[in-house]
Amino acid sequence: MDTIASYRQMGKNELRLALEELYADYAACLNDERFEDWPDFFIEKCLYKIVPRENFQRDLPLATMLCESRGYLLDRVQSIRKTHVFAPRVVRRLVSGIRPIGWQGDELECRADYAAFETLTDEFTRVFNVGRYLDRIVVDDGRLKFKEKVCVFDSNLVPNSLIYPL
Amino acid sequence: MDTLEPKQNGAARAWPQEGITRIPYFVYSDPAIYAKEQERIFRGPYWSYVALEAEIPKPGDYKRTFIGDRSVLVMRGTDGAINVVENRCAHRGVQICQQHLGNAPEIMCPYHQWTYDLKGDLIGVPFRRGVKGNGGMPADFDLAQHGLRKLAVTRRNGVVFASFGQPEPFEDYLGPKLIPLFDRIFDGRELKVLGYSRQLTPANWKLMFENIKDSYHASLLHVFLLSFGLNRVDNPTRMVIDKTGRHASAMSWRGEQKHTEATADMKSLLVDLKLNDPTMLQPVKEYAEYTICVMTLWPNLIIQQQSNTLAMRQLVTRGPGQFELAWTFFGYATDDEEMVKRRLRQANLMGPSGYVSIDDSEMMALAQAGIAPAPEEAAVIELGGRGWEEEIQHGVSENLIRGLYDYYRQVMEL
Repeated sequence: MDTIASYRQMGKNELRLALEELYADYAACLNDERFEDWPDFFIEKCLYKIVPRENFQRDLPLATMLCESRGYLLDRVQSIRKTHVFAPRVVRRLVSGIRPIGWQGDELECRADYAAFETLTDEFTRVFNVGRYLDRIVVDDGRLKFKEKVCVFDSNLVPNSLIYPL
Repeated sequence: MDTLEPKQNGAARAWPQEGITRIPYFVYSDPAIYAKEQERIFRGPYWSYVALEAEIPKPGDYKRTFIGDRSVLVMRGTDGAINVVENRCAHRGVQICQQHLGNAPEIMCPYHQWTYDLKGDLIGVPFRRGVKGNGGMPADFDLAQHGLRKLAVTRRNGVVFASFGQPEPFEDYLGPKLIPLFDRIFDGRELKVLGYSRQLTPANWKLMFENIKDSYHASLLHVFLLSFGLNRVDNPTRMVIDKTGRHASAMSWRGEQKHTEATADMKSLLVDLKLNDPTMLQPVKEYAEYTICVMTLWPNLIIQQQSNTLAMRQLVTRGPGQFELAWTFFGYATDDEEMVKRRLRQANLMGPSGYVSIDDSEMMALAQAGIAPAPEEAAVIELGGRGWEEEIQHGVSENLIRGLYDYYRQVMEL
């Protein structure tokens, strides 16, 4: 089992490869709509937020989506499956520019850019949400998991509704 | 552009003879109707919401926003007064400001650097006297005649409204039924902005007003809302309309998560629904009366108090088939840390990702998709009767929508 020590001893290329794999798995999980698996990318005491750029820049605390624990993530999944009423859609996320910033104790700070595309019935695929991930990653149960994932999106404006996570 | 002339469109542009129990679909898609709404409603003698004073506390602070599809600037002057002007240079029509919020000692158009003070008066024009005896403005060019277009402004307990026309005083504008409900939230306490959320909904702006005034859908569409008993047709409810029909407010008390006689028709009720992390929704009592109060103020504002989430939802029209909903979430300056957290957590109910409001924006988009290709058809609004009353004590009615269209028809002469 990989431990925090083994990750901290990794060379730059090896760590990059591990992160590439993490983000690719994360995007594939959401792109494939395996939402039930999504909370497993996070530790129990986590923070997941989707935030418009204007709030982020002005230090305004409001998030478009705020999850303060893994339970909040499960609740989002529950609502996607059971309570939200919405038109069918496909959302595909592409993650790029993954760059580790550095370790702080047992936490790895990492940033990446993302673009999400949305396809609705009768419409051509459109750019839906573009922004950056500001993440804090830890080793849990032998694998890399998110302790914190903040998605700051550029446009401020959401094309109608943001239902599936980014 | 399309036209309203009967010779062009004939019966398709007449309001159905059934009156306010019908809403003809052309009012949601016709560009000529939209243009008339801009002129009569958004540039008419009505108070449009533009800002909270807490957004622009200091002299020179400004906010860029919209009334209908016109961009305006809301500015705090050096004297503390709030001035609202059109965001359009008097010279060549350039939109001067592109920042949502900022601070500046004066306003300068980037194109030819015409400069205005915080009241919108023109204070400087480059090369006014010419250069080396060449050019310049005519000798009688009067700066005072070329300021930014100024709007009438009114404020009440920290909320700022503006108008292209000259409406009656705000208290009379809202009327005696709505003023106490407005003052219930805005009681003079200092407000604190928690953040913004903006969504672009592919639907006509009126559908948003109707959605809020429509208590019929709440117990049927919103699985989350009704399963947790936050808002349901069998909860105690009060609905009021001002005497004109244009403003309204819906109030209710939270009920329990269980089946009652009224839930038989609520096919989507999930009594077993539980939150994995209940901290998201642990409201505390904040006001003496009602756990929910949602007001619709003509022509562009929804004031939402759902449990402990407070938000202004400003309607910005973007053509007949699209509107922006600009949410400003706020609390009070005196809120303690726990209350701020509570408001931020409960904000998950609202906005583009709201447990409740996702359903609404999705339905509005589907409504527009159905309506737009069928301008000759009409909606049927008969739940709870065929007229409207200023006050009812239940939500099993489309009363508020009929009130709105009674007024709309007068303003639009339709």
